[in-house]
Amino acid sequence: MENVASLAVLLAFCAAIYALLASVVGRIQRKPFLIVSGERAVYSVWALLTIGAGILVYALVTGDFRFSYVVQHSNRSMPLLYKFAAWWGGQEGSLLFWSWLLSAYSSVVVFTNRRKHRDMMPYVIGVLMFVQTFFLLLNNFVVSPFKMLSQEGAIIAFQDGQGLNPLLQYPAMAIHPPMLYLGYVGFTVPFAFAIASLITRQPGEAWIHTTRRWTLVTWLFQSTGVMLGMAWAYHVLGWGGYWGWDPVENASLLPWLSGTAFLHSVMMQEKKGMMKVWNIILISTTFLLCIFGTSLTRTGLVSSVHAFAQSPLGKYCFSFLAICMAGIAYLILDRLQYLKSEAELESVISRESSFLFNNLILLASCFAVLWGTLFPVISEAVSGEKISLDAPWFNKLMIPIGLFLLILTGVGPLFAWRRTSAESLRRNFQWPGIASVVLVGALLAAGVRGFYALISFGFCLFVALTVLMEFYKGGRAIAAKNNMNLLRATLELTHRNTRRYGGYLVHMGIVLIFIGFTGAAFNKSDVKEMAVGDTLKLGRYDLKVVDLKEGENDVYSWNRASVDVLRGGDVIGTLAPEKRFYKASRQGTSEVGVRPRLNEDLYLNFGGMSDDGARAVIQAYVFPLVSWIWIGGLVLIGGTLVCLVPSKIKMQYARTEVVGITSKYAAVRK
Amino acid sequence: MRKYGKFAALIVVVIAALVWLASTGVSETKTYYKTIAEVGQMGDRAFSERLRVAGDVEGASIQHVRGQVLFTLTQDKRQLKVAYTGTDPLPDTFRDGAQALADGHMGRDGVFLASKIQAKCASKYEAKPGQLRGAPAPPVNKST
Repeated sequence: MENVASLAVLLAFCAAIYALLASVVGRIQRKPFLIVSGERAVYSVWALLTIGAGILVYALVTGDFRFSYVVQHSNRSMPLLYKFAAWWGGQEGSLLFWSWLLSAYSSVVVFTNRRKHRDMMPYVIGVLMFVQTFFLLLNNFVVSPFKMLSQEGAIIAFQDGQGLNPLLQYPAMAIHPPMLYLGYVGFTVPFAFAIASLITRQPGEAWIHTTRRWTLVTWLFQSTGVMLGMAWAYHVLGWGGYWGWDPVENASLLPWLSGTAFLHSVMMQEKKGMMKVWNIILISTTFLLCIFGTSLTRTGLVSSVHAFAQSPLGKYCFSFLAICMAGIAYLILDRLQYLKSEAELESVISRESSFLFNNLILLASCFAVLWGTLFPVISEAVSGEKISLDAPWFNKLMIPIGLFLLILTGVGPLFAWRRTSAESLRRNFQWPGIASVVLVGALLAAGVRGFYALISFGFCLFVALTVLMEFYKGGRAIAAKNNMNLLRATLELTHRNTRRYGGYLVHMGIVLIFIGFTGAAFNKSDVKEMAVGDTLKLGRYDLKVVDLKEGENDVYSWNRASVDVLRGGDVIGTLAPEKRFYKASRQGTSEVGVRPRLNEDLYLNFGGMSDDGARAVIQAYVFPLVSWIWIGGLVLIGGTLVCLVPSKIKMQYARTEVVGITSKYAAVRK
Repeated sequence: MRKYGKFAALIVVVIAALVWLASTGVSETKTYYKTIAEVGQMGDRAFSERLRVAGDVEGASIQHVRGQVLFTLTQDKRQLKVAYTGTDPLPDTFRDGAQALADGHMGRDGVFLASKIQAKCASKYEAKPGQLRGAPAPPVNKST
């Protein structure tokens, strides 16, 4: 069976190379049969990889402990879900997962575009298969997941495996990697279209229109993946935070930042024909960062608590990145003429300008995160001393950046194209501005201190109000015209222009997330060694340990504390933080006890037993407003889904566009 | 051209502000990765800079003394005495023989004062090559 799997993946490698060559050669020599056979080869890559991956999953689920990969990542006592999740729980498997996803995406692209973009598609396939070939090269020759255990030349089998890393045995974590990978891999598709459009010198913005949904869906997956990662860190790692600026977390954030910049700047190209070079650079950067992110965690370039073990992948990944960069740079420089902008910036207070600064800030933050992540490597190369930058550095830089972005979310969409009149500024921003100033004043009076926190709350209210006013104004106009109630009118409004109002919803989600972030300025924490009956006071809560227990089952041994939560003398709940020690992998995990509320979370972690074994070390935290991060994440996802729904007034929208194009052509003819 | 001047000025201001934040931030939070041997060669700088020293926890060297945890790190046959003074409980993975990362600064008496300890269990995320042999389940049935 392992031979079949290896053979399938090897054949997939050959098929990918064939698809690459057949498509490109077929296009250059104008041989339709060759192009069609290239397309068929794309399907066969997917089919072959499905066989290979299917066998690996089958081995994981049934516990075929002859596979080295299965021994390291699965065992008999794990639930089925985690046996399946072990597919992406380790280095070799996760790279196979990458390949498989890319082949699936490629097949979908080929199928949905089978009658469209005939001149561009061969190159799209070419780019996709180029990336595919690289990953299959890794799958086949560098980190094959189908290595068998052998001793003195004979294949041997273990009785049981080590099991999936217990930190990963958590529902959110089982789906977090696929979400991130769906995002990482997905950006390859718009990238392929961008490059193909560049190679064939496509007139117009075909690649952007075709890939808009792809980019949105991909961005949605990526956002979901990042949010799930935060939720996992918060609930499982037990250090009482959701983001530690660890290199691996940063790796997932980098393409998200540049992808977000891309999502915004394509609007400039669609509406105004500006920023064409910039968009190609952005999508290429995003793609490269995806590859970089995938390799960062695996090459041991930067040490991280999450990193996979060191492996020889580094030189392959970085050569691949270098080749891609050189190719993209050549293409852009060679075709600069065709990427000329069709309009100019006119005013600092305009939509164009707000997009420009949105991009500037997102890219600056992307660069800052990259710089901080690679600082140990850079400083070692420059001064010979390895210097690391920690969370305080990132926070110092990213908090002002984040606040600037936050205010842009509010004002940007309300600036008019070209230039904004003073009258419209006053109309849109007067009341939100006054309300925010009042809020900050009230918070100051109530004793809230903290420069950034106050600014953040002020901005959050400002942006939230501008967004709500947009919905209200539009909704009221429709309600008056069509005699509807306001709620239905607002739904109708959203349906008429899903892109715009979905976008507002996403911005609203961002505001809620920022409210959650701001709460971190008021965190409280305490640690105490506690025996049964001991109490600890934290914020408004009194914590009392009522029981300490220990025990074990087949999979792990555990220590658990039962802690009564009292407020004003009344018991308002019981939390049971637990420490587990997994036997197979000999590793500990924390099951924190959380009392989530909209205003604040009470969060207890079982730190360990004291040295004499009689008391438990309880770490207690109060996290104000943290729930809003998760709520904001859901709103953001909802908003993105709204953006994906086709607008009801698409026809009218298209007509105005046609007018724009004819007038442009008319101008050329003159 | 004047309007482009405005854009350029704004962009320069934004970038300059970020660069200023970044560079002042570096001097405040930078931590030097040093080997035990290098710490010895740093001279007086070892007492002022924040350091991060990695090594193996020497067997049976962990002692609990008056709220402090004392242990010895070894790397390439060099040793460093460490006193952990932080408040967080030590990680589960911190035990004799584990790989540990001590974060803090050098004391004048030659004892490294660590405010944070990270310990890496060797099997975190993935077994290193060769580690499998010591795995709990021994090979049993041979097949060809």
